Amino acid sequence: MAKTGILIETENGAVKDTTLGVMTAAAGQEIVALVMDANPADLKDKLAEYGAATIVAVKAGAGDIEASPDLAAECLAAAVGECGLTALLGTASATGRDLFARLAAILDAPMVSDCVSVDLAAKTAKKSHFSGKTFATLKVNADLFLATVRPNAIEAVAAPAGGEIVEFTADVADPGLVTVKEVKRGESGKMDLTEAPVIITGGRAIKAAENYKMLEDCAARLGAAVGASRAAVDAGYAPHSMQVGQTGKTVSPKLYIACGVSGAVQHFAGMKTAKVIVAINEDKDAPIFAKCDYGIVGDIFDVVPKLTEKL
Amino acid sequence: MKIFVCVKHVPDTAATIKIAGDAGFEDGEIKFVVNPYDEFGVEEAVSLVEKDGGEVVIVTVGKAAAAATIRGAMAMGAHRAILVKTDGQFLDSALTAKALKAAMEQDGLGDMVFTGKGSVDTESFQTQYRLAKSLGLPVANEISALSIDGGKAVAEREIGGGDKQVVEMGLPCVIGATKGLNEPRYPKFPDIMKAKKKEIKEVALGDLGIDENSGSIAIETLETVPERSGAKMIEGSVDDQVTELVRILKEDEKVL
Ligand SMILES: Cc1cc2nc3c(=O)[nH]c(=O)nc-3n(C[C@H](O)[C@H](O)[C@H](O)COP(=O)(O)OP(=O)(O)OC[C@H]3O[C@@H](n4cnc5c(N)ncnc54)[C@H](O)[C@@H]3O)c2cc1C
Ligand SMILES: Nc1ncnc2c1ncn2[C@@H]1O[C@H](COP(=O)(O)O)[C@@H](O)[C@H]1O
Repeated sequence: MAKTGILIETENGAVKDTTLGVMTAAAGQEIVALVMDANPADLKDKLAEYGAATIVAVKAGAGDIEASPDLAAECLAAAVGECGLTALLGTASATGRDLFARLAAILDAPMVSDCVSVDLAAKTAKKSHFSGKTFATLKVNADLFLATVRPNAIEAVAAPAGGEIVEFTADVADPGLVTVKEVKRGESGKMDLTEAPVIITGGRAIKAAENYKMLEDCAARLGAAVGASRAAVDAGYAPHSMQVGQTGKTVSPKLYIACGVSGAVQHFAGMKTAKVIVAINEDKDAPIFAKCDYGIVGDIFDVVPKLTEKL
Repeated sequence: MKIFVCVKHVPDTAATIKIAGDAGFEDGEIKFVVNPYDEFGVEEAVSLVEKDGGEVVIVTVGKAAAAATIRGAMAMGAHRAILVKTDGQFLDSALTAKALKAAMEQDGLGDMVFTGKGSVDTESFQTQYRLAKSLGLPVANEISALSIDGGKAVAEREIGGGDKQVVEMGLPCVIGATKGLNEPRYPKFPDIMKAKKKEIKEVALGDLGIDENSGSIAIETLETVPERSGAKMIEGSVDDQVTELVRILKEDEKVL
């Protein structure tokens, strides 16, 4: 059986939900879970439940992988060789995007970013081209298949396996090219939009920065992250890090609730691959109703608090 | 300072993409533009050179029609350009990076390279990393703030959830620009006229020793993402609407 590596991402010492979907993308292969940022013993049960035959704790022989993204990529490249992997999948998160691009450059191997599905046997992957307007199926012609998978694009399915833990210390030198000096935390506890399973977005209709509180209350019940349209960002109601769309984040949650958003193509470029899209808008002729799944005609200041109450 | 900016010629994001054949699209009629993220790179390079002197060289790998897009980048203040000409619509990132490197080497390496964080057509998000690796240079992507001082670059990367990472690297380096880095200027008429006289050096991909058909990624099919056909509207009082919505999301769609 071909061995497929999965780069495990963790948060507060636990496997991220988005990683489990990536493991499911490798169903049918022998899965090797590569852990770089946590204690593998803490993750063993979960990783075994979702199909890891082996769990490899990857460490650097010398140097700090937190401070050197190139060292992290070198360690991962060494692990790919050591474990005899024919494929390595990760999450198209901020970390995964950067690490996989560095890895692909080191190994000079083809890499497909932000896939919505992968077929490891056929060596194909499906991904968005042209800002969500088309899907391209890419065929990879190489011995090693590298890909990042769009968060939440693949539903996680349990598939129990052994989960044997082994350690691997990569004997590589730190290229020392880029040094991480610090991480500036934004407002604490905010979920990363691109990884959130549910998103509730406020458009221009939100009218004031403080009204996002209404969406945050609802988001807390939904386990959601809060997004914004460009009109809301340009009006100063929300920071650019919350913007969804062509010039903001591309997201693919299970559920996207757009509140007071008109439905511009540039907004849809960032969220049209969501599984279910709900729009709340006071204008029954708003364009968004023509391209979403469920619509409610109403004032967001009535509907959203009611939704929070009923959840 | 000599600064290279990698500019990709891409369809305007507002354009309708019509599929042609199995794996291509009709590129004859639609509007093409400078890849939006690359504009942040052009702006940053031009303002650095305006401050400290030097020249900004655009490098593009693309079809002959890309020359018109390059004029747009030169109207923003870039001095000259190199167009590496390809026949096909799609070239994988590894070959693209090879072509960019070869063009830069032929021209004489610079003090800095800017790219965008990714291209809006193929959304590959990796060409800059491959280019940097092959040139042996540091690379940082998704940069929304940059300062250059004493032979070092300090840059801020957006890493999600409103968090930012501050990274430091030596020069020369490769910077993948994104929104927030600057406000790209809107060229004025005299700048557009001046850009018409600037030099675009054309080289064929083959003349750089690169075989267009040697890529390791090919597009097998390209298909339009189906549009939703319109919402199921939920009627009634606010209370009824919300109750029904919650029921649908829990029971029918199972997303809550
Ligand atoms: C190059 C380019 C890139 C762009 N990138 C992006 C991007 O990344 N993201 C993005 O979002 N946009 C982007 N845009 C802008 C986009 O075209 C739209 O202008 C923007 O999405 C509109 O935001 P909106 O829907 O919040 O505002 P509007 O279009 O003003 O819509 C507000 C909606 O709220 C409704 N409404 C008002 N009050 C209420 C209320 N009390 N209750 C219920 N409904 C109410 C109105 O009926 C209306 O439909 C881009 C545009 C360009 C040209
Ligand atoms: N064909 C190309 N010509 C010039 N620059 C390119 C080309 N393809 C990619 N780039 C640069 O590399 C960046 C990342 O592209 P990509 O890897 O395709 O997402 C882009 O923002 C451009 O700056």
